[in-house]
Formats: sequence, structure tokens, C-alpha cells
Amino acid sequence: MGEDRKTPLHDEHVALGASMTPFGGWLMPLRYTSDLAEHRAVREAAGLFDLSHMGNISVTGPDAAAFLDHALVGYISKVREMGARYSMICAEDGSVLDDLIVYHVAPGAYSVVANAANAELVLEKFRERTAGFDVVLEDVQPGQALIAVQGPRAAEIMRATAGLVEDAELSGGTAFDDLKYYACLGMRFQDAPVLVGRTGYTGEDGFEIWVPADKAVALWRALLAAGEPFGLVPAGLSARDSLRLEAGMPLYGHELDTTTTPFEAGMGRVVRLDKVSADGTPIDFVGRAALAARKASAPARVLVGLRGDGRRPARAEYEVVQRGVGTEVGAVVGRVTSGAPSPTLGYPIAMAYVTPEVSAEGTELAVDVRGRAEPFVVVPMPFYRRPQN
Amino acid sequence: MADFPENLKYTTEHEWLDDSTPAVIGVTDVAAEALGDVVYLELPEVGATVEAGAVVGEIESTKSVSELYSPVSGTIAEVNTEAVDNPEIVNQDPYGKGWLFKVEITGTGELLTAAQYAEHTGN
Repeated sequence: MGEDRKTPLHDEHVALGASMTPFGGWLMPLRYTSDLAEHRAVREAAGLFDLSHMGNISVTGPDAAAFLDHALVGYISKVREMGARYSMICAEDGSVLDDLIVYHVAPGAYSVVANAANAELVLEKFRERTAGFDVVLEDVQPGQALIAVQGPRAAEIMRATAGLVEDAELSGGTAFDDLKYYACLGMRFQDAPVLVGRTGYTGEDGFEIWVPADKAVALWRALLAAGEPFGLVPAGLSARDSLRLEAGMPLYGHELDTTTTPFEAGMGRVVRLDKVSADGTPIDFVGRAALAARKASAPARVLVGLRGDGRRPARAEYEVVQRGVGTEVGAVVGRVTSGAPSPTLGYPIAMAYVTPEVSAEGTELAVDVRGRAEPFVVVPMPFYRRPQN
Repeated sequence: MADFPENLKYTTEHEWLDDSTPAVIGVTDVAAEALGDVVYLELPEVGATVEAGAVVGEIESTKSVSELYSPVSGTIAEVNTEAVDNPEIVNQDPYGKGWLFKVEITGTGELLTAAQYAEHTGN
């Protein structure tokens, strides 16, 4: 293993007193002060995240959309310009290689944002899948930083950030105030173009900003300064994980991996078997045959949400069991993929793969917490949904 | 910054011990910092007999679970029920309100001075 890579914001994190942790080949902030305080700030005000470890592959050329329709399970040619779409890349056998977000950043140009640990694999698979397509692939991650502002005050903070301005030449005619969820917009920070997506991984409103690496520190500081009166705090990976869990969002390596298809994960909607090319013929994307067969058959396991009745949280890899007498552990019916005490809800929450027979809402189960059965109940996801105004 | 009161003794498992009678035991601020926010505590039963170096409970934070060791042998005299109800006081005041349990000592394991513990943790 080589040394963990550092983002352009590394020295900022150290100066802010962050505990740094290796993650996906990068050294990233785990927390700055308290996991819970950072989590609550994102739910109540806003949090600032360094996501520069995320992969970013530029796909351009006359066949860019057709290539992505072939390489991914989603219907990318239907994504309008400046739109964004959550999608997955699967293997021929239908298993998930990564989940990612595709941004349609200009005519014939897409940015594909992949998980840090999978970025190289995604690029390699893309290269293998280019045969017959007129496209150019480029790993654009190294020259960039990615900063996210997430929380109910995020839009106000963006508007208040010194040096971050709208630019008619970069925006494609969209005003910042009209930027919709799962869409993106070109803006200017100082003299540099930045791409702003109204996307995130927290269950809150928020923005993700790609900025040239040499402007990353200036933008980070400008956002922190603008956000302070609104309650913005820097937030680490620990808060990011508990926020996404409350929002019921899968994390690659936990809910998704190479033994899982999108259907088991409850994400069958991202698989577009209905994709057709301009002449009306079905698009043969990688994994299509296996996924079509998988969709037609009953699943062996299902991803469910679990709510704990006690105080002890379930953790990833713990076994889900039938309830026995008292704290006695019953028969194994599944396995926890993610679990934590929910800071917002005040009780333990978890995601788990269980057999279909015990997957109905309200089913009373237990989790083997180090030899003791702790009561859990199957509940719908997301666990937390932000208040709509 | 790490803070190790001189009047306490320490273990390599990041517990502190105030050797009054009964002895008071908690976790150090190094442990509290490394754990993250403590959300659940399992402490031994009052009256239970414990052995120095044996696991007597668990400390669970938002991100992880750690075993709690007794640095001494003896009988549990009292446990901090306020910390069980409000585990965040372990982070807020690890040497004060965040104490964990008290033991009537019959024997001790290997204990470190504040200086030795500071050296052990690299502080």
C-alpha cells in the first residue's frame, strides 16, 4: 500500500484540529470536534465537507451519451443539459461495481463522480467499454477539489460567499436561485470557473462545488466565513456517514458491493431495461441480460431499515436474528450493513440484508449485539426526511 | 490538548484511577477523544467481584465499541448511573462527572504515573 493521498485542503483540516483518518486511499477529516455536533449542525444549519477524494471522470465526444447508456445501467441520454442523475456501473453478471452521479455539464460533455476507492476501477471499466464509441475519457480529479455545503441554510450561505458569483457565460442561462435539486450550474469563484451541483449525501438541501485545486483553500475559507453567522461548521466523514444513514442512502462497500445487484439493494429503479437508441432498438448495456433475469426472479435477500427499541446500536456485520426468550439469540435471518445511534431520531437505526420472509414492515427481529439479542423492528426508509417548506 | 492530572494513576488501556477508598475509575481524555461521542455505557453490577485486567463493561461511541477494563481487583462499590443516563458527560468531563465505577480494592494491576502515561500516549 502506498501512502494515503492528501487533498488540497489537508492543511486547512489540520489547522482546524481535525482527527484525520485513511479512507479510500486518502487521508480525510473524520471529525473536527464532535460527530454529534457536526451532524446536528447539518440538520439544523449547515456543514462544510471536503469531498476532494471523490473520483471525477470527464466523458466527452459525439458519442458521450450513447457510451454512458452502454457503460452504466441508467438512461443517461435522457438527462437534460445541466441535469444530474444517480446511477450505477455493473459487471456483466449484474453485480454493482460502483454507484455514481452523472452530471451533464455541457452539450456532449459529462462528469461522472465515483467513490474514491472505486475511481480507478470505474475508469478502467469505462476504457474497456469504449469500443465502437467516439468518446474521450479523462481523469479530471487530480486538478480539482470538491467542497460541499449541506444543510437548510446552504443556499443562503452560497449567496453570501465573497467571490462566488453568477456568470452569464458559465451558467448556460440559469440563475442560482432557479437551480433545482439534481441539477448543476457553472459559476465563477474569483477568476476561476466552478461547477455547482445541487446534490448531496446528507438528506438535506445542499450544494457540491468543483473548484480548481489552486482555488480550493480560498473557497473553503470564503464559505466558512460566509457561513459562520448561519451556524455553518466544518464536518467530517463520521457525520457524513450518520447523515447518509438517516437519509437511507447506500454506501458502497456496505449496502452495495460486487455480490449485490441493484435489485436486492432496493435500487431497481436505476436499472433502465427500457433504454432504446434513436432508431427504437433496445440498448444493450453491460449487465443487461443478468439484470433482466434478476428482475424476473424472487430475491434471496432484501435490504431493510431497522429501528432499535433499546439503546444499543447494531453495527455493520452483526447478525440479524429471530427474537428468542429475553436476550437469547435466535436463528440467523440476515446481516447488518450499516448501523449507528441516530443523532436526529434518538434511537439506533440500521440497514440490513434479511430473507424476504422477515422483510415486511413491522416485523419484530433482533440483532446479535456481541452475544445479546437487542430488539429491532423493520421500518420503512428513509429513517429521516427533511421538513418540506 | 491532552490533560493528565498528577494525582491520578493510569493504565495502558487508557483508564485513570483515583486510589482513594473506594478507588474511583474512569477513562482518560485521550480515550474520550479517540472514541468520539460516547452514546452507551455498560458498567459492572454493584457488588460484583472484578479482577485487575479483566473486561468489566463496554463503552460505545457513535462510531465504535470499546471494552472497559478494571485496573484493579476488588468489589464494585458504586457505578455512575448519571453517566449511564447521559453518556456525553464522559466526553465533557472525563476526570470529574464522567467517572465510571468505584472499587473496594483487594489488589492492583500495573499502574502508570501521569508522566509514564503521557510518555505511553506520546503526549
